[in-house]
Parts: sequence; C-alpha cells; structure tokens
Amino acid sequence: MADAVAAPAARPGRRAGANWGLRIRQRLDLLAAVALFAALYLVYQLNHPKGFTSQIFIQNANEAFALALVAMAQTVPVLMAGLDLSVGAIMTLVGCIASHIVSGGPADIALGLVVCVLAGAACGFANGCVVVYGRIQPIIATLATGAIYIGMALFLRPTPGGKVDEDLSWAMASDIGEAAATFGFEEAFETTWLRPIAVLPVPLVLLALIVLLVWIPFNRTITGRTVYAIGSSEGAAYMSGLPLDRAKLAAFTVAGLFAGLGGLFLALQTSSGNADLPQAGAYTLNSIAAVVIGGTSLLGGSGSVVGSIVGAFVLRTISFNFRIFDVDPLLQPLFEGLVLLVAVSLSGLSMLRLSNRLEVFR
Amino acid sequence: MTTTAEPPLARPRGWRLSPEDKPVVFASGFVLLILAAGTAYTLATQGNATLLQPQYLLQQLQVGAFLGIVAAGLMVVILLGHIDLSAPWTLTAAAMMATSIGGPWAIPTGLAVGLAVGLVNGIGVAYLRVPSMIFTLGVNAVMRGLMVAHTGGFAPQTAATEWMQYLAVGRIAAIPVAVLVWAGVSVLVVVLLTRTAFGRAIYAIGNRERAAYLSGINTNGVILAAFAVSGLAAGLAGVLLAGYSTKAYQGMGDVYLLPAIAAVVIGGTHILGGRGRYLGTLVGVILIVLLNSVLSIMQMPEAGRQVIYGAVIIGMLLVYGRGGKVTG
Repeated sequence: MADAVAAPAARPGRRAGANWGLRIRQRLDLLAAVALFAALYLVYQLNHPKGFTSQIFIQNANEAFALALVAMAQTVPVLMAGLDLSVGAIMTLVGCIASHIVSGGPADIALGLVVCVLAGAACGFANGCVVVYGRIQPIIATLATGAIYIGMALFLRPTPGGKVDEDLSWAMASDIGEAAATFGFEEAFETTWLRPIAVLPVPLVLLALIVLLVWIPFNRTITGRTVYAIGSSEGAAYMSGLPLDRAKLAAFTVAGLFAGLGGLFLALQTSSGNADLPQAGAYTLNSIAAVVIGGTSLLGGSGSVVGSIVGAFVLRTISFNFRIFDVDPLLQPLFEGLVLLVAVSLSGLSMLRLSNRLEVFR
Repeated sequence: MTTTAEPPLARPRGWRLSPEDKPVVFASGFVLLILAAGTAYTLATQGNATLLQPQYLLQQLQVGAFLGIVAAGLMVVILLGHIDLSAPWTLTAAAMMATSIGGPWAIPTGLAVGLAVGLVNGIGVAYLRVPSMIFTLGVNAVMRGLMVAHTGGFAPQTAATEWMQYLAVGRIAAIPVAVLVWAGVSVLVVVLLTRTAFGRAIYAIGNRERAAYLSGINTNGVILAAFAVSGLAAGLAGVLLAGYSTKAYQGMGDVYLLPAIAAVVIGGTHILGGRGRYLGTLVGVILIVLLNSVLSIMQMPEAGRQVIYGAVIIGMLLVYGRGGKVTG
C-alpha cells in the first residue's frame, strides 16, 4: 500500500512505458473505481428517458461538483495519514460568505469571488497551524476548528438566505456555450473550432481546470511529494530532511481551498447561503467515503485527488440510479450504506493474498 | 485510578504533574472555572447561585449519563487506536427496537441490538481489516437505513416501557437511577481496563499491534470484543435515552458522537490509542455537559456555542494534549 511512491525508483534503468504493468498494478483501486462508475453511469443513462443528452450531463455534473471538490479536499490530509473533519464546515462557511458578497457590479463580484477563495484557503491554513504548531492530531484539531467554522457560518447566516449574482449562477450551472452567451461571447462559438467544447458542462471543465492548475503543479513540487512521504512514513520523511511543517501547512491550505471552492459553487448553484449543520456533516462523511472508494489509502501515502473525484461520482451516481429505478426513498439510505460497506469490505479480500501474517499490521 | 482530581491551585511549588494526571487536573480545574463563571452570571442576573445547588448538579449528571455511557464505550475503542462512528445509529436502533418490542424483553432487546452492531463492526475491523473509520461509518449508514425503513421515516409510535423510564428518570434516595447506571458502567470499564488481561491487551494493541500479536495476544479477538463493548454501551445509552424521552425518535443519537469523542480526548486519551485513563473521560464528559448547560443558561446563540465549543477543545489540548514534533 504505502510503497506506491517508492516503487518506480526501484527500477532505475527503465523509463515510463516500459513499466505499464507496474503502473496498472499500483492504480488498481483507481481503475476499479473508474470501472464501477462507468458501469453505474451507463446503467443510469441507458435507463433515463432523456439519456445521453447534454441536459442530463449538465444536471449530473452540477449535482456531483460540490461533493467532488470536498472529496478532493479530504484527499490531501488523508494522503498524509490525517483526516480533515472540517471540510464540510469550510464548505458551509464559504458558501455563507459568498451569499453575502458575490453580487453587485462586475468588480464587486470579482472581489467577492477572490475573498471567498481566500477565505477557504485561510480556514485550511488555520487548520494547518493548529496541527503543525499546536501539535494536535489532525482528526481532533479539525473536529474543533470545524465547530468554530460552523459557528461562524451560523453567525453570518442564522437563517438560510442571501443572494448571489444571477448571471454568474446561471453560467456556472450550464454548458460552456451557454456560459459564454451569458457574458456576451456567443459569437466565439458560432463559427470557430471552439464549437465542439461548447456542450461540455461548466462544472466538469472547472473540475479539470482545478486539477490541472492547482493539484498537478502542487503534486510535482517537493512540498507535494513530501505530503505523500509523510503518509508513507513520517519518521523516514523527517530523517530525509523533507520540509514536514511546510508540507502539512500546504496540505491543509490546499484542502481548505478545495473545500471553499466547493462551498462557493454550492452557493452559486442554490443562489443562497445556508448554515446547515447536518448538510456539513453529511458532506464531510461522504467525502471520506468518496476518498476510500477512489482508491486512496486511509493509512496515507498512496492515492490521488483524481480517484476521489471518481469516488464522489460513484456516490452520486448511486443516488441517480435510485431516482431512475424509483427505489422507495425510505430504502435509499440502506442501499447507500450497503454499497459503501461492500465496497470497502472488498479490500478485505487482499488479506487472503498475504504471505506473512505480520503484514496485516501497519 | 487511586489518585483523585485536585484543583490546580492546591499544587505545591516544585512538584511536577505527571503527564497521566495533567489532563484530569486541568479538566477538573476547567469544570470549576465553568461553575464559577456560571454562578457569577446567575448571581448578576437572577441574584441566586442555582448552579451550586445539589439538585442542579444531580440533574446535570443525569443528563450527562447518556453521553457518559457512550463515551465510556467509545474510549475502549479509541484506546485501541480505532474509532466507532456507528454510535449514533446504534443508539437510535437500540432505542427503537427496545420500544417496539416492549414488555419485559425491551431492555435485553436494546442491549442485544447494540451488541450485534458492535460485533459486526469488530468483524469488519479485526478480520476484514477495513479501517475502522470507514467501516463503522458504513455500518452507521446501514443502521440508519434499516431504521428509516423500519419506522417509515417517522418517530415510532411505541413508548418506552416502565422499566426503561425508571432507569432513566427514577430516583433512589434523591439520586437519579441514570447516574447510578452510569456509575456502574464506569466501575465496569475501570475494572476491565485496569484489572483484566483484556484491558492490558487493549493498551498493548493501541501502542503497537504488531508487538502485541508477537507477544501472543489474540489481537483480532480483543478488537472484536472491544467493539462489542462499544456497541453494548451505545445500546444501553439508547435504552436509557428512550426511557428519558419516553419514546425513540429519528436522529436521537446524532448529537452524541462528536461530544463523546471530544470528551474522551479532552480527558487525555490519545486519539491514536494506547494512552489514557477512564477518570479523564469521566471529567471530560462532566466538562462538556456543564459547558453546554452554562451556555444555555447564558442564552448563548448556537453560533457562539459552536465557536466556544471548538475553542475549548483546542485550548485544552494545547495545554496538555500536544504530541511530539514527529510521529511515526
């Protein structure tokens, strides 16, 4: 499990491409999640009366986006063998902030968006400070800071309400062409080569951009690699002289940033802010489930945010299927729980492959 | 378990607290601080010291019994280095099944539900080696699903039996029976942790499971039993809580999980397992119950409560819960 980082170095003479077999074996969990998602989603689309239309894609993307971002946020601390119980709270807090400031003229909106993004990152940074300088275990530290963030969200929005800019709200929850038209760029898509991408849902494009512009660069830095190293063995990472404190601070900050983006989108989507405690808790717990389904080890050191996105899609697709097959709403929580239990119990099958019983223990 | 909590003021110069005692002493000091602040508030606004009356304190202990029993079971699991997130719906399921069976079998049914859920958790964590965080989360979701399907999503119409109500709200010579039940559970857990091989094995596994296994401890069996204890405690709390509110209702356990974890941790139990004393958990529960009560006397809005709640956890842990610079 934890040798995912170190393994490629064990074959110094061979370049990428030569070790595809190894790469596939390392990503088996992720591939399983992708296959599960593809199967579930195909079933959903085939049985939907309006299957394979862009309308359905957009609707699905909208529903999955916030959970995907919160799951991405959860992934980063989990890679360090920590856990962030405040991701749902940060999402809620940033959503409540957005419902106050993302409206007015273009300059106001731009400023509001920047403030929201920074607020999420600041919450994450505060988590990191408590963990690094306070030396409190992440799970407990974020349990406490999560309560504080929820308190602040309740202070900002004692009752659901507020508003966000309607054009922005509409643009975020539709496809690229529609979004461009909202801001007066429809000509760009009439004639040019951009036409094919005009049908892509905005949330999916944003998700791809966040992965490409934030996660991959972060992952390639020494700080990013240190996050994995801490998860594999913190002692060894320390002995190797890696910047542990910087990596922990950065990891929680990135987590806060992702969770904040999720909250911002949720506020845009619902055009309001709501300091909903049960919702925040549900998002936090679902994010853990998504991370595990996406193939990231809770013991740290292996996995990726891409897997968590797939994990979030799997969770959402399960509930899409409930709608299609008209499952009794009363039975839905039961099925959701059973799917989660079966999915995680399958990893128990790897116990059968162990040659040494001591490998059972970390 | 032989030392008793003393307020920090009584500490002579030059005498250092052992790391074991620190959480108990500081948490007890904070409990007194909460009582003092609350009394100052009631004296200023109502002109009486309600908080120092025995009735008030006994009532708080009665309310605290539910949290205390959940926390006692949770502590056993946390000492292993695991966690039991299934407590909320184990509690609710035990309460709902107990009320719907009714009659003399109500209480045994509730406890059996708790025990069964605990055993399922234990099998998943010990034998399938699924991380407890995610397995108990899944079990919690399944229990919620089962109960929603069982009740149709509404509060069940069935009422708690007289025995359940007696255990929760009855009094023996002015002392609430719930407090006596809590005390009984506490004694059992203390004996279990400090006087039995099972207890020593729990601490050993929490420190290093591999070493415990090589020492000949049946680690899987111990983990299974510990989760069973936790499930049983949640079941008992469910039976009591249903008796207290005369019926079971949806989500009745949701408010107990995070405070229970907080109480265990504030009491000095290490969240990664291996270290901690039951006395600390006891003081942690009293701290959280009193904090909640004083904040509601002060009519603090929910927003302020949450912030204070989080700040207290961080503050207490900054005083005595700091880990090493590098772990693992």
